[in-house]
Amino acid sequence: MSSRKAPSIAVRGVGKSYSGVTVLHDIDLDIAPGEVHGLVGENGAGKSTLLKILGGAIRADAGTLSFDGEQVTVGSPRDAIGHGISLISQEGALVPALSVLDNVFLARWSHRGGLVSARADRKRLAGLLETTGFTVDPDERVDRLPIGVQQQVEILRSLARGAQVIAMDEPTAVLAEHEKENLLALIRKLAAGGTTIILVSHFLEEVLSVADRITVLRDGALIRTQKASETSPRELVGHMVGREIDVLYPDPRPVPDGAPVMLAARGLKRGLVNGVGLEVRAGEILGIAGLVGSGRTETLRLLFGADRPVEGVVEVDGAELAQPTPRAAMAAGVALVPESRKEQGLVMQRSVAENVALSSLSGRRAGPFVRRPAEKKAVGEIAKSVDIRAADPEAAIETLSGGNQQKALFAKWLLRKPKVLLIDEPTRGVDVAAKTQIHHLITGLAADGMAVVCVSSEIEELLALSHRVLVLRHGEPVGEYPRGTTPEVVIAAAFGSDEGEPS
Amino acid sequence: MSVDTLPKTAAPPAGNMSRLAFRMRDYGIVAALVIIVIALSVSTDTFLTTGNIVNLLDQTAVIGLLATGATICIISGVFDLTASATLALSAIIGVQVGRVTDVYVGMLAAVVAGALLGFVTGTVVVRSGVNSFVGTLATSMVYRGLAVMVTGGAIVYPLTGAAETFGMLTWPSLFGLTSATIMFVVVVGVLAVVVARTTFGRRLYAVGGNAEAARLSGIRVGSIHVTAFMISGVCSALAGLILASRAGSAQSTMATGTELTAIAAAVVGGTSILGGEGAVWRAIVGALLLTLIGNGFNLLGWDTIYQQVLQGLLILFAVTMDRWLRKRTR
Repeated sequence: MSSRKAPSIAVRGVGKSYSGVTVLHDIDLDIAPGEVHGLVGENGAGKSTLLKILGGAIRADAGTLSFDGEQVTVGSPRDAIGHGISLISQEGALVPALSVLDNVFLARWSHRGGLVSARADRKRLAGLLETTGFTVDPDERVDRLPIGVQQQVEILRSLARGAQVIAMDEPTAVLAEHEKENLLALIRKLAAGGTTIILVSHFLEEVLSVADRITVLRDGALIRTQKASETSPRELVGHMVGREIDVLYPDPRPVPDGAPVMLAARGLKRGLVNGVGLEVRAGEILGIAGLVGSGRTETLRLLFGADRPVEGVVEVDGAELAQPTPRAAMAAGVALVPESRKEQGLVMQRSVAENVALSSLSGRRAGPFVRRPAEKKAVGEIAKSVDIRAADPEAAIETLSGGNQQKALFAKWLLRKPKVLLIDEPTRGVDVAAKTQIHHLITGLAADGMAVVCVSSEIEELLALSHRVLVLRHGEPVGEYPRGTTPEVVIAAAFGSDEGEPS
Repeated sequence: MSVDTLPKTAAPPAGNMSRLAFRMRDYGIVAALVIIVIALSVSTDTFLTTGNIVNLLDQTAVIGLLATGATICIISGVFDLTASATLALSAIIGVQVGRVTDVYVGMLAAVVAGALLGFVTGTVVVRSGVNSFVGTLATSMVYRGLAVMVTGGAIVYPLTGAAETFGMLTWPSLFGLTSATIMFVVVVGVLAVVVARTTFGRRLYAVGGNAEAARLSGIRVGSIHVTAFMISGVCSALAGLILASRAGSAQSTMATGTELTAIAAAVVGGTSILGGEGAVWRAIVGALLLTLIGNGFNLLGWDTIYQQVLQGLLILFAVTMDRWLRKRTR
């Protein structure tokens, strides 16, 4: 690793705003050399922004940065690297078509007489692999590697650049359980060797287990910095949302006797999904649990016709869908809140109002024209009822926080008054307060007679909201559990009792 | 439904600077247009004459129509590189049909041909799934080739007796403007309303902004694209008629390369090439700017050798400003 010592970092009065909206305000923060410093807060609290300012990815509008007491300008990632700071962002910054070796030494290849010397790089990489305990094939293209290993490549690159400060944005979000353990172990090891680690994470337990000190941000302001050993998840959440809150789930209202079956599917097959059938009654919330790759999301997509089933039928309110397409499913009264807001749910550069109105345009038209007053009214009402907080409904939806975007996505579908609501990851990337609101929204909709199918990778959430939970494994239903089942039982079923271990 | 109400977090006051930057991004290009108009009005006595204005608008008509078609395609997330080939082929069809029927039927045939060619282009792009840039590049070569085949490479003229009627788009009309200008204004006005006020317009933006989200919202993405190409085809045909009417003839090499000028005008006007954003009025502002530069060179007596260089620099300047302002405001 580097012979240089990590600097002590002093952030003074740093602020940043976009389009007049302050996302970071007057931040003062000191980070000691060799410290693991956790940054926590709700979505939109400003954690990533602060991290990106340190990493030179964006510039602060106000304030100063000092390293070892000397004021510095970090105007670009290049500047940051020059100061020994390396940013590992959420999105990743590898060149997919290049090898591990080329990525690790990207733009800093060893060279002799103008020619890249792969042999010298190989030697350097072997050294780094030894230090970190990673096992990566130097010649594999990085786009062929699992995401956890790609992240290791990014860490190797930071080290190869002699970084004494590594800033990581949600590094564990994409990792499997055992990969997380390895990463946390590595963070401890690097810190022990004198490297400073700044860690942004949503997972409080994780931050608590690895960080020396933790800073809580809320609405762009620094709330407090304290030793990890002197705080608890409960206290941190309290600071994050501004008050102590109980993560309390609403109870779904019992399904009335004799409620009709609103959604039925039999023998659905396509790709991962191998013969899934289910029935959901009006007013019922059916949860679908399973590991990543169990076919949860794919099943929802088949129910909505987002993908065409190779085999199997979907019936809505007793009638078979005319065609397995989103249009036919929508016409029958089905709605899908998809897994990814950004990729499948919203048109990010368009306004909040346009997005909310999008799936029900035909219901408010006069000939070819949009009936704008009717639209304004409908959007206004639904936005109020799901509590979308947007200063201006004409603002681009990408300017909203994750929670408000998610509420807008619900609003878009609720305007169609669906009979069946399919929800994939209802609260992914949503702050704590909005999460609770969405939970109440879902149970409220079911109480009003909607049939709901919900997929979530948060098992507690799924068990709390659902009347019944269907467990999938390798695309097949392996069991159905009533309300009140413990997470352990469902997880065991998802893994498969005969296997016991994640495959 | 029961939803907890939580205290609203007050939005911090917007900074004046970034608000200004925001407006600049939206209307900066209009300011640029106004500045050039004022500069030319002050520095020449010929600019603000009726004759020059009539002439200027007449010149803008062709590139304005093409830029409008290009803008609508770009908003929906596709490029139409067939524009000038469609222009030539439909103008030729118009002249040829006019020879065997009469001039008006011929002109109608040209517009129908434009729509049909747009339909074919759109269907090819949608069905093949090829990137529209490549797909329309290939299609445009086919259309140009067909134009050569139909004419045998020769110039086609309307019948001698019909030549005067065929030139009708150059005739003066309302307010002394040419018929071409009036047609341009009417067509573009209608399209501006279609894009801004109809459900089709909303879907156009949604498809260009996020095709998958649009599909999962029940929008037929393919037919939106085909419709965009058809509108572009009609715009091209109308532009072709203006050019043919002016020249009194049509030929296979007509307007070669103007599809790129049209895209340039769209981009100068401030329509994002990434799709999902833009407006018809922006196409007109872009077309006016490009035309004004040529007009300015004439009026000021500058050597037209430098005209292309200046136009190129203007395009670069416009897109750089756009990028810069976007970066600041996001």
